[in-house]
Order: sequence, then C-alpha cells, then structure tokens
Amino acid sequence: MSSETSAMGGVGGLSSPPTSKSGGGFTPTPRYDSGSADWHADALDVDEMVLNMGPQHPSTHGVLRIELKTDGEVVKAARPHIGYLHRCFEKHAENVDYPGVIPYTDRMDYVASMGNSLGYALAVEKLLGIETSPYVQTIRVIFAELQRIASHCVAVGTYGMDIGAFTPFLHLLRDREKILDLFEWTCGARLLYNYNWVGGLSHDLPDGFVKACRQFLREYDAITVPELMDLLISNKIFIKRTAEVGVCPVDLAISYDLTGPNLRGSGLPRDLRKDHPYCGYERFAFDVPVGKGQYGPVGSCFDRNWVRAVEMAESSKIIHQALDALEKMEKADVHEKVPKRVKPAKGEVYGRSEAPRGQLGYYIVADGTAVNPYRVKVKSPCFTAMSIFHVLAKGMYIADIIALIGSLDVVLGEIDR
Amino acid sequence: MEFTYQLLRSAGLTDLPPWLAVALSAIIPASLLITFMAVGPILYVYAETKLAGFFQDRIGPKRVGPHGMLQTVADAVKLLFKEAIYPAGADKLLFVLAPCLVVVGAFLPFVVIPFGGRLQAADLNIGIFYVVAVASVSTVGLIMAGWASNNKYALFGAMRSAAQIVSYEIPAVMILLVIVILVGSLSFQDIVSAQLGGLPNWFLFRYFPLNVIAFLVFLTAGLAECNRAPFDIPEAESELVAGFHTEYSGFFFAMFFMAEYTEMVIISATASVLFLGGYLAPHESLQDLALIGLPNVGLGPFWLIAKAWALVFVMMWLRWTLPRLRVDQLMHVAWKVLLPISLGLMIVTGGLVLWKPTVLGFPWDRYVGWPLVLATLAYLVVGIFRAVRWSRRRPQELAA
Repeated sequence: MSSETSAMGGVGGLSSPPTSKSGGGFTPTPRYDSGSADWHADALDVDEMVLNMGPQHPSTHGVLRIELKTDGEVVKAARPHIGYLHRCFEKHAENVDYPGVIPYTDRMDYVASMGNSLGYALAVEKLLGIETSPYVQTIRVIFAELQRIASHCVAVGTYGMDIGAFTPFLHLLRDREKILDLFEWTCGARLLYNYNWVGGLSHDLPDGFVKACRQFLREYDAITVPELMDLLISNKIFIKRTAEVGVCPVDLAISYDLTGPNLRGSGLPRDLRKDHPYCGYERFAFDVPVGKGQYGPVGSCFDRNWVRAVEMAESSKIIHQALDALEKMEKADVHEKVPKRVKPAKGEVYGRSEAPRGQLGYYIVADGTAVNPYRVKVKSPCFTAMSIFHVLAKGMYIADIIALIGSLDVVLGEIDR
Repeated sequence: MEFTYQLLRSAGLTDLPPWLAVALSAIIPASLLITFMAVGPILYVYAETKLAGFFQDRIGPKRVGPHGMLQTVADAVKLLFKEAIYPAGADKLLFVLAPCLVVVGAFLPFVVIPFGGRLQAADLNIGIFYVVAVASVSTVGLIMAGWASNNKYALFGAMRSAAQIVSYEIPAVMILLVIVILVGSLSFQDIVSAQLGGLPNWFLFRYFPLNVIAFLVFLTAGLAECNRAPFDIPEAESELVAGFHTEYSGFFFAMFFMAEYTEMVIISATASVLFLGGYLAPHESLQDLALIGLPNVGLGPFWLIAKAWALVFVMMWLRWTLPRLRVDQLMHVAWKVLLPISLGLMIVTGGLVLWKPTVLGFPWDRYVGWPLVLATLAYLVVGIFRAVRWSRRRPQELAA
C-alpha cells in the first residue's frame, strides 16, 4: 500500500510531488532547460517523459489534470490533480438555510442535478422526520430515473467519443435533449433545476406530462437503446479497445469504495434502490445489471460501460411503471409538506441515494439553534472513483488512460465541489 | 503534356516559339490540376459535414449560403486571415516547412492520375512507383511538424504517424504489385487499358476472390496512410488533442487539412484506377456522349471522379461509424493480418499469371465476372430497399 499512499499524498493539492524515490511513488523526471547549452547526454533522462494531460484536454471530462510518466506509449505512473473546480460547496452550505443549499447541490454533478438535490432533500427530510406523499415520491422516482437516462446518455456517449466513435454521442444527446425538454417544461430549467425541495417539489407536473413522457420513452426504447447496442456496445473495435483494459477486481473495488455502475461493473450487485429502497423504489420491478465479463475479465472498462448502457434500459422500465402508478393516483399538493421554516433540532443525519454515478451521501449536522446547517459533508461517488485511477492506470497505453477516465465516468464538478 | 501541346498547335498557335509552347503545355495542365486540388477540399469538407450530419441525425451546416454551401468557403477565408502562431521554442524553419512538404506530398501523385486516354499530366512508365515515392514525402512533413512544434502531444502524433505510415505502406505496395504482376507494367495507362471491355473486366471482378480481397486490403491500408478513422491515431482527438498539428493555426492548419482531404482523393483515385477501371465507363457506350450525338465529348474525367468520390464517401462513412484502434492493435492489423494476406495474394497471383489455369478451355475467372457483378448490384439494391423499408415501417411499429 505504500506506493498508493505516497501517490495519494498529492491528490487534491497542487503541492510539488514528493522527491524521495522510496516506496515506488511518483517522482518527476528532472526538467532540463533546452535553452541552456550545458547539458550532458548522460544526464538526460532518455527513458521517461512527463506528459501533462489536462486541464485543457478534450477528454479529461472537465478540468482534470493528469500527470503521466510515460515510456513511449506506455504509462509508468499517473497522478491526477484535482481541485480546479473547487467552489467551497461545503462552506457555502454552512452559511445558507437548509432549502438554500439545494441550488448549490445542483451545481455539484451538473450532468445529473436532479439526483444531487434528491439526495439532499431526503437527508433533510430524515432529519426533520417528514414523510412525503406517494404522489411526490413517484414524481421523484420518475425524475430521478429520467435524469439517470440523461446522465448515462452523456456518460456512454462521451465514452464512445473517447474511443473515437463520434456518432453514438450525438444520437444519445438527441435523446438527452428530449429529457431536458421535459424537465424544462416542468420546472423551467434545463441544467440546474432546484426541483426537489425539502418536503416536496418546486412544481407539480404539467398537464399532459405523462403522455409526453410515454411518447419519449416509446421512441427511446424502440430506437435509441437498440441503436446504441448495435452501433457502439457490440462494435468489435470498441470491445477490443475496452474489454481487457482497466480491470478492477471486486475486492479492489470494495477497498477503494467504488459505488454505482463502477462497483456493479466489477460484478457486485449493490444498488441502494434495491438494498435500501427510498421513495418507494420497492414498488417497482427492475433488474440490477452487473458486469459479466463477456469479452474479458470482469470489471473491465467494457463492463462498467455496459452496465451503464443496460441501466439505461432498466430506468426506462421503472419510469413506465411509475407513470402507470401516477395515473392511478390522485393529484396531491406537492407543497403540502414543505415546511415554512426549516430549523431542525440538534442532531446529525446521513442520507444517501443512488445517483447516476453511484451512492451520493450527505452527512448533515444540525446544532439546533440556527436555520442553517452546522456542517454538510458530501460523500461523492466520483471522488472515490477517481481515487482508484492511479492504481488502474499503471502500465497502460496512453490511449487506455482516456478509456479508463471515461469508464469511471467522473464529473469534476462533483469531485471538486 | 503532349496532348496540351497538340491542342495548342491545333488551336492555330503554330508560330509560337518552341520553348513557349512546351512551357505552356506544362503550365496549363499543372494549373488545372492545382486548381482542382485546391478547390476540391472545400467541396469535400462540405460533403463531410453534411454527411456527418446525416449519419448523426442532425442537419449539418445550414446558415451560410443556401443549405450552408458557403460554410466551408467562410471557414477557408477565416483560416486564411488568421494569425499564424509560432509556439515558444519552436524550430521556425521546420515549423513552416512541414505543412508545405505535407501539401506537396499530397499534390504530386496527381501528376500521373489518368483522367482520360490522353488527359494525364504525364504518363510516366513508372507511374505506380512514382506515386508510392512522392506520397512518402508527406510522412517527412508530419514528423517535421511534430518535432518542430516543441510540444509533447505533437511529438507523440509524429512518432505514431511515422510508425503507422511505414507499416501500412508495405501491404499497400504489395497490393500494387499484385496489379503490376497482372498487367505487366507500372504505367497507369497500361493498367487502365488492361481493364477495357466493360464492368466485368475491371480488376475488382476478375480472379475471384483474389482481387476483391486485394481491393479491401488496399482500401484499409489506404485509409491508414491518409490517417483517417478508424486509423486516425496520429491526430487522435481524444488522446493527443490534435496530434502533429496541435500547435498549428491559421493557414498552416488549413494546409494540413487540405493535404488530408487531397490524400483521401489520391488513395481513392488510385484504387479506382487499379480495381475499378479508372476513367473507363461501366459499358463502352457510356464512354462518351455518342448516345446523345456527341461522340467527341469523352466522359473519362467524369467516370474517374465519380468512382473516386464514391470511395471517398465510403471513407467518410467509415469515419463516422467506427471507433478508433489503439496503437498496438493498429500494428497488429498491419503486420499480422494485412501483410500475410497481401504476400499470399502476390504469390498466388504470380502463380496464376505463370500457369493460367482454365476451365473447359476458358480462363476460369470469366465464369465469375458477370455473376459477381450481378451479385454485387443485387446486394446493393436489396440493402437500399431494406433500409428504406425499415425507415418507413419503424414509425408505424412505434405507433402500434
């Protein structure tokens, strides 16, 4: 573990890398000034080159910087540098009231805002002891699953783009746009919704939403999912590029606390929606796909991505059932349980939900005197996924580094917060 | 050149001094070709953006000019007027020289591409050898660009492109040799004349299945040689930012762009000369406009360009469909798949030429020529028919 811990030492900071060579940690090659003439050939490090990937790189999925120590095309060591998008979320949260935190949560994982605010709302409701009505819960499920589809559209699509296939990405974005249209119709926003409130929702569903959503799902089920499977997932080059790359065995995945599709890709069927149902997920029938290793070892990049692709179809199943359930329900006031003033008694709570990228947990401490939280700590799935990166990246080709980052599906907004 | 010279003479310019006549007969075809090559990319880029839009279920350029036709012109003008940025620490001379070399390497093969029986800038008797030789010049340009940029990504791109082009040149040349063995000449005109006599006599449809395999191998190697997807690892956008041309901007970038598209056309034109009869029509009656009473108007250039563009379309189609290979997989394909196949093809073809196997006294490949043509056409027609039916029935299935 020594190598991992020493490499972990630099994660999250921009401090200069450790200089000692002990423990096999990451040591930079000395840099030579090409302008000065007095270098000696034997002093030149001819074997390894430090390649800086990011933060302005087309496929580091945001402002991630990776320091690669390369020997030709082979990566000897990789060290991620994060923090370029740090916006002091947790400190902000201490200075606004409980409902006021929700817009900040939206900005964490900006690809899947609906999932973030859901987790936070659930945590605060747990703290206050509010039980929302089944109507609100069903709408929350519909929106969380629509958001999961939209988020996986980006994840799988950009993953294809990382591998070099541009077309599936645009096919998937076409469907993401349709989901965003539904969101915009409901709450007016396309990216940062502020939709899941503490105790309720900001807006009720508009008239005709169920019909429009069904229409979307029909096209999605009939065209987008089969198209994705044909064009990308079962493409031979795609399989060759991903099936034996970035293999993460299940014990390693557990020890690094991977969650969500990354963990399920390693073959462990852990899903909060099944294991600890919330929002009435226990009422819906759906499968939890796990990586099977069809084309190589279990836990490869292909498996993680395949799990996401299959989850897209599973989410559609859940939404169909939820829409059916919604039609049988009586409309309820979505603001009914929304408290006028949120001032919980002294206590602490850990609320979690299955966000598209894995378990998103909020640890909230209330001191009982203020209308703002004493402390909000986020357990971010992307951060833990990024922590395993340097372990898997060792010995890969440069092209595989891109495949690995894409398969972990990190969003830097959530890592840095 | 000779053709232009005769044209000048027949146009009544007999009293020109001989040096001027010779110079003119060189300059006129050269400027025609250069115009064709320089304006061509504007067309190809427009085609590519529109096709990409079609494949990706979107519209493509739409705003500038009717159906966005002037979009590429606007882009080209923008690139012309942009400042050329020289990165700090770049080797300025090599940095400027590199795109020039790449463009020269891409343009030179056009000299021997025959657009018609006499429409050829120069009928070199070592035409194929010449194409292979001058096309390698652009490799030097790519390595220069990568080295001179003082950028690690550019260096990676240059190293990759050197390895890739050297590897893929070998199977491509082997396939060229297959055709050379069949024809017995390196001249492009001889290769075309060997395919006279309509569609079944094109090399693609003869010596089944040898030449079909050869054609596919050549097309694959050609794709790799002009750095197109799925072999675009030297400029792999998602890995190396832009590979060897990361640091280039403005007109230098446009030159790389132009070279890429021109190389695509060169590869396609060469493939159509080798396998698809070059400037020959599918049937002799279509070789000129005799059917509508204009027997003097040859359609050679039309047929060659049509065939070349059809292959360019296939290349674009592949680009927008397939993911990219990795470096080691790329080398695997070149050395362990394409090279043995092309070597085997060469040996078998040599044997065929020596022993000329016949069936019932006829050359055996005459029996497969026509059926193969019909099968190919039937496959295409059925494929298009099925695609149309799928796209019509899909919405009905959705509504049900």
